[in-house]
Amino acid sequence: MNEPVITDIWVYLSASPLLGLTITLIAYGMAYRLYLKANSSPFANPVLVSVILLIVLLLVTGTSYSEYFEGARFVHFLLGPATVALAVPLYDQLSRLKALWLPVTISLFCGVVVAAGSSIGLAWILGGSLEIQMSLAPKSATAPVAMGISETIGGIPSLTAVLVVITGITGAVTGTRLFELMRIRDDSVKGIAMGVAAHGIGTARAFQVSNQMGAFSGLAMALSAFATALVVPWLVDLIGI
Amino acid sequence: MNFLNGITLLLAYQLVGEVTVRLLGLPIPGPVLGMVMLFITLLIRGYTPEPLNNASSALLSHLSLLFVPAGVGMMVHFDRIASEWLPITLALFFSTLITMVVTAAVMHFTSQWLSPKPSSQSAEGGHDE
Repeated sequence: MNEPVITDIWVYLSASPLLGLTITLIAYGMAYRLYLKANSSPFANPVLVSVILLIVLLLVTGTSYSEYFEGARFVHFLLGPATVALAVPLYDQLSRLKALWLPVTISLFCGVVVAAGSSIGLAWILGGSLEIQMSLAPKSATAPVAMGISETIGGIPSLTAVLVVITGITGAVTGTRLFELMRIRDDSVKGIAMGVAAHGIGTARAFQVSNQMGAFSGLAMALSAFATALVVPWLVDLIGI
Repeated sequence: MNFLNGITLLLAYQLVGEVTVRLLGLPIPGPVLGMVMLFITLLIRGYTPEPLNNASSALLSHLSLLFVPAGVGMMVHFDRIASEWLPITLALFFSTLITMVVTAAVMHFTSQWLSPKPSSQSAEGGHDE
């Protein structure tokens, strides 16, 4: 008597967006509490932990990614308005930005070229296929931009989206320690480097350090989205791939 | 109501951004253009309206959450990643580190040379390596 009821409920749940949305929020809530318990250690990065939790859950229950995404896309959609919202912290940092526009422009250009050049070069040296090199090239730009570029230069857009997230996590986990080793204490410098290399996930981490680092990281992420879209296809042409 | 107005404003800028990008065939995503347009609007108005401030800080305080669905997409590409795991992981990891080091170093030195700020520079020391 009991079995069919449970099956019916499961059929209903797996077909509705409710489940994907709810488990995303629950997994993130758990990951965030773990992050606070771990004294905000970057290794307990909430994106990393919740992605692992969700993949394990989906594999165990035999749920496909597309079924899950039915619900999760409501969260995914908010990336758009959140990108627009970055204008607000940026405006709050206007006076610092005015004083630093030239260094910001120069370092941004260098960062974008190095991000794409080094990922293509390293993947090539290590024997990665051309598809992988091209999927990696735009990995430091924010997800929607990177996917578009990947498509134009011959990568796999959906793989690029995943690599973008892993890149963001890598930057968020290693960034603050790296800047400590480099003895860089200026939050605007740290923010620019974080935003260029690790887009929105790096920016989320930067906001946890300070509002100033977050605002500069958001600025770098937005401007490098422009710069990557312009520079990477040109760079790929230049190397002659 | 306050919060709703802020969200509406953000969505309206995103919408205008998306439409403009498509009409002009620009190589950048709509939300990024929307951000630039909102920034210019704030420059002209000279202050951030309260509802906008609330909505943007609510969204940005949980920015990491918004990347989770894309990250879970990794499960679709397990095979691809497994077959070329070495170039993918090493290139991704080291390229990300190199990018942060180069960008931070360039930003550090150019901000010292191009816009000297006597008060904060002396406290910073500047011992990069």
